[in-house]
Amino acid sequence: MIVKGGYCGRLLRIDLTSRRITTEAIEAATARKFIGGRGLASHYLAREVDPAVDPLSPANKLLLATGPLTGSGAPAPGRFMAVTKGPLTGAIASSNCGGYWGPELKFAGYDMVIVEGKAPGPVWVSIRRQDVAIHDAAGLWGKLVGQTTDALLAEFGDPKARVLCIGPAGEAQGMLACIMCDRYRAAGRSGVGAVMGSKNLKAVVVRGSGRVEPARDEQAADVLKAVRRKIKDNAVTGQTLPTYGTAALVNVINECGIYPTRNFQSGYFPRADGASGEALAEKYLTGKDICFRCQIACGRYCRADDVEGGGPEYETVWAYSADCGVGDLAAVIKANHWCNEYGLDTIGAGATIACAMELFENGHIPPAEVDGPPLRFGSTEAIVEWTRKMGAGEGFGARLALGSYRLAEMYGHPELSMTVKRQELPAYDPRGAQGHGLEYATSNRGGCHVRGYLISAEVLGIPEKLDPLTTADKAVWVKAFQDLTAAIDSLGVCLFTSFALRADDYRDLFNAFVGEDWTTGQLLTAGERIWNLERSFNLRAGISPAQDTLPPRLLKEPLTEGGPAGHVHRLADMLPEYYALRGWGADGVPTEAKLAELALV
Amino acid sequence: MTVEVRLFSALREGRFRNKTLAVEPPASPADLLRQLAIPRQDVAITLVNGRFVTADAALAEGDVVALFPAIGGG
Repeated sequence: MIVKGGYCGRLLRIDLTSRRITTEAIEAATARKFIGGRGLASHYLAREVDPAVDPLSPANKLLLATGPLTGSGAPAPGRFMAVTKGPLTGAIASSNCGGYWGPELKFAGYDMVIVEGKAPGPVWVSIRRQDVAIHDAAGLWGKLVGQTTDALLAEFGDPKARVLCIGPAGEAQGMLACIMCDRYRAAGRSGVGAVMGSKNLKAVVVRGSGRVEPARDEQAADVLKAVRRKIKDNAVTGQTLPTYGTAALVNVINECGIYPTRNFQSGYFPRADGASGEALAEKYLTGKDICFRCQIACGRYCRADDVEGGGPEYETVWAYSADCGVGDLAAVIKANHWCNEYGLDTIGAGATIACAMELFENGHIPPAEVDGPPLRFGSTEAIVEWTRKMGAGEGFGARLALGSYRLAEMYGHPELSMTVKRQELPAYDPRGAQGHGLEYATSNRGGCHVRGYLISAEVLGIPEKLDPLTTADKAVWVKAFQDLTAAIDSLGVCLFTSFALRADDYRDLFNAFVGEDWTTGQLLTAGERIWNLERSFNLRAGISPAQDTLPPRLLKEPLTEGGPAGHVHRLADMLPEYYALRGWGADGVPTEAKLAELALV
Repeated sequence: MTVEVRLFSALREGRFRNKTLAVEPPASPADLLRQLAIPRQDVAITLVNGRFVTADAALAEGDVVALFPAIGGG
């Protein structure tokens, strides 16, 4: 089918309890108000699901949402969002994913799928344009992601279909379970895989045909020419990412002293270079895993001994190497492989093992309970085997599968879990990146780097270089990054385009493809609207503004080496200004005036 | 004086990873780039002893200078 103007204008609703499958129109004005993807799905979630719901109950819903640019000729147009209430955090979960599944859903004629209820036994869903069916998946339950994908492509009967599925971790409703698509791409965080597992939904396989065309062909042609050139000419998107992948970050983050090492006990890992993007390219890279029509092509395909597959990404390399004190990249590749196969968030899994290592080494976990390799920093055996045991729910692995916060709390030391709102912090120490730490504390889905990636400015100098160690004006920057990112996520293109493009470029893409005449201000206001919608959902879900904080280690224990030596994170110097800039009260609650201004009441 | 130079990512291609260099003081990162024949536009991030500096910063004996091209990721 030809999707002109970016939106199919239709969603697919699947009730697994009643087995009722329906389609509904998406009102054009609503779609534009929330752009699509992350924004539109959050709007539907907030409207249809009581924020106080138990995330693993049939009353929760799982939304898989594309944006108007998904599947189009826009740059890096492969993205969709898995939106739900996250079991890990109890907050809104909104997990971004690349690959090919999102575009295929558009070609099948749907902007979004809403999954409700719970099937009585394991099922999978096939989508072939209007032909949508629920199938028995008893024979697939327990299978790894690769096996599941192979089996479903055969059963579906089309090798060009796209498979989205969970592995055993999601089936067990683990807190760190992710949703995988196209074998190696992940909607990683917040336990979205557990929600799918709680509904007994093993997979959604989709096949469509057609393309997404702009509303204004000539305008789009001009815009595309300009943005494609910017992405090609930019050194990050045109050279560094294609050559070294996201693990290109390892050495620069390490050299400026903010590479969290051994569960955030220090910020410099002496063996980082041996487990870096450079080392990966030199020793293990055998190809690339490129998303739909993407010219940036950052995705890696690596081989170590008898293990091969997509990844590892920067965050994965960090979580399993520096955070666990391991310098062996082959072991990282093997741990990443288990995450792909069992369907585990690599950040959560690696960081949870790191937390367990600190708990174990400090004598807080009785060794008799650890039925596997000792949980010691630096153990290559531990990072690989405990990932497998976590995915399989074996022995102590079932406790690791709870995530670091619940694990650390169980053993009496929740302060050793490096999380915000129970979600593991990623690969940058905020004591040496003050603005980025504010993003960690305020991100609507808990400990998250991408929603307001201040590292871009504070370390990488994009769009301009800020001093990472100061707090002045950081609140302004964090809000700006968060609002623009919400808009980009909702458009359905990859955030990595923003290393080369600016807000005006996204405005131009939106206007040409959707047939609008928005100003950049309107695009950013839509982003701000989405941010406030998520915040409001969280507050109603019981996430208190008191949780806009960081672990005590990061607020009280200074780093001791390198550039950030002597620094803690000074959240209190920025948070009040951030709340004020957002138009929230000093209590961190959006005011009625702000919500009215954003048309959210 | 001597400084240690660490090159990363694409800057290593055809060059080296780490090297101790003798330089005539006063010297700046820009002087090092000239000495190493690295085009200035190829370097996006310069760290001296882990701190961000501009190309004209004054180097001291024993400084560790880390040079990066444009990096991105997430």
